Amino acid sequence: MFYRENGQFKTSYQADQQIFPITQDRWGVLLIVAFAFVGVPFLADEYMFRAILIPFLIMALAALGVNILVGYCGQISLGSGAFMAVGAYAAYNWFIRIDGMPLIVALLLGGFFATLVGIFFGIPSLRVRGLYLAVATLAAQFFCDWAFLRIKWFTNDSASGTAAVADLQVFGLPLDSPLAKYLFCLSVLVVFGVLAKNLVRSAIGREWMAIRDMDVAASVIGIRPMYAKLSAFAVSSFIVGVAGALWAFIYLGSWEPAAFSVDRSFQLLFMVILGGMGSIMGSFFGAGFIIVLPIIINQVLPFLGEIAGVSVSTAALTHAEQIIFGSLIVWFLIVEPHGLAKLWSVAKQKLRIWPFPH
Amino acid sequence: MGFFLETLFGGLMAGMLYSLVALGFVLIFKASGVFNFAQGAMVLFAALAMARFGEWIPQYLGLENMLLANLLAFAMAAVVMFVVAWLVELLVLRHLVNQEGTTLLMATLGITYFLDGIGQTLFGSDIYKIDVGMPKEPLMLFESTFDGGIMINQEDLVAAVIAALLVAALSLFFQKTGTGRALRAVADDHQAAQSIGIPLNRIWVIVWCVAGVVALVAGMIWGSKLGVQFSLSTVALRALPVVILGGLTSVPGAIIGGLIIGVGEKLSEVFLGPYVGGGIEIWFAYVLALGFLLVRPQGLFGEKIIDRV
Repeated sequence: MFYRENGQFKTSYQADQQIFPITQDRWGVLLIVAFAFVGVPFLADEYMFRAILIPFLIMALAALGVNILVGYCGQISLGSGAFMAVGAYAAYNWFIRIDGMPLIVALLLGGFFATLVGIFFGIPSLRVRGLYLAVATLAAQFFCDWAFLRIKWFTNDSASGTAAVADLQVFGLPLDSPLAKYLFCLSVLVVFGVLAKNLVRSAIGREWMAIRDMDVAASVIGIRPMYAKLSAFAVSSFIVGVAGALWAFIYLGSWEPAAFSVDRSFQLLFMVILGGMGSIMGSFFGAGFIIVLPIIINQVLPFLGEIAGVSVSTAALTHAEQIIFGSLIVWFLIVEPHGLAKLWSVAKQKLRIWPFPH
Repeated sequence: MGFFLETLFGGLMAGMLYSLVALGFVLIFKASGVFNFAQGAMVLFAALAMARFGEWIPQYLGLENMLLANLLAFAMAAVVMFVVAWLVELLVLRHLVNQEGTTLLMATLGITYFLDGIGQTLFGSDIYKIDVGMPKEPLMLFESTFDGGIMINQEDLVAAVIAALLVAALSLFFQKTGTGRALRAVADDHQAAQSIGIPLNRIWVIVWCVAGVVALVAGMIWGSKLGVQFSLSTVALRALPVVILGGLTSVPGAIIGGLIIGVGEKLSEVFLGPYVGGGIEIWFAYVLALGFLLVRPQGLFGEKIIDRV
């Protein structure tokens, strides 16, 4: 009823193949993007920008990258945190060592080096599969953790091992207010979102999906597994690397290798699985869920404790947070193993046929 | 030469401890196809339970005999692990039958968070001691053969003996008892096992119980060596290369893999570490496992991967 494609006739291949073939979708997405650019800056306060919106945008970008590898190409990776770290430190070194390096170029160079590292650590995927691969990619994680901690050159020989950037500018505009940072991250996300969406529905995207569904069968029909798998690793780690550089430069400002530990890799995988594997939209849902959930738990628990008349200590709060987070994830996997994106498509279907049940 | 052998022995002992944790992974993966990331959290949980019971029992029951108190604490911790196993099956696994491996992996990650949180809520989050009366003085061997001899931790030796006993007991259990046969049948083929009347759910509870006991033994040994604290749960990440090196489905693989990784780690740290700034043992284990995987993708003793289209 609300969401029907009746009467929308396609008269050319171009019209049939566009990203959002249904008019409602097209307008809906345009409205959301317009709202994010114009509406949100008026509504959100500084806390919202700093604690929720900026981390959400950057992690959504990273989840997008991981989703290309895990969701579209079916190669489970637990090394995403490492690729973020490579992106961050490569961008940092270019930015700090070359005078007047533009921020965007530094970010892209960060992504480029993450790509190289990603391809290198993707090579085992040609031989090993599934859970073996997941553990093998942990090698990347621990190696990068170690390298950025122990090799002082990467952190510009700073005594504390902390890397920091200041005076960020884009095309001469300073990125100092939360609003400016938000808009910058949003623009990057929109650009990469459109690129990723187009990539996964192109020939290479179909190759990835064929490899995911059954790699032997895919190679039988003439898809080169090496090319498909390594290109998925390359694209994924490029996006993840750029997200890592953004996370370090824009969100953190000064950071240590612990910011990209193995927990970050797990977090990204959570986003992809809870959001929905093989869905661009799902990456956004998953990132939102994982970023907002701990904040909500953090806010609600002391409040509940106050009502019950118990004072909650910080340690107890952390543990309670872990308990609730863990059980919510398990519960969610049981209720909807295909993720939030599946819920979204179910909702769309319901809207389409409303008021009839079938 | 003496120093080399000493490092080698140290590595073998450490490897034995990795094997213990890896064993838990393999048992559960074989029987239910779940890659149990929560094994590390189970080790921490079991060790916390053991440590606190060992503290509370003499305190409240007035039990003087250390051995008896420790045995009681061990039994109670084992019961706690049985409850955990039963709850995991009842609340999580039963609802996730037939899901993809990734989903199950994520579910066990959720269990990890849960166990970490609840363990520290119930038992406290300080550093605790487990004192099971392990001998602490180092032992000198071959003093006549080498200059200065080889120093070996008696504690490590005892730990290795316990680990070997546990492995022997497990293989007896798997080979000789009816339950063990049922477990092997389930590991071989879920559907076939179910069709001849083996109750899958009960088998899963049993195998998680066994993994819980293995975690308890591992936690006890690690805990008495290093003290029981949160970092114990990261021991799972140290044991992962062992599992993939030995093969996800092989018990002997977990043992041999553990020894290889233990020795490789120690030797690399001692002889290679100084050149690159130290601290390389954690990633070296992974790289070592990765090197093996490139040659044998199913691990040393894993089942051969046969692809059907």
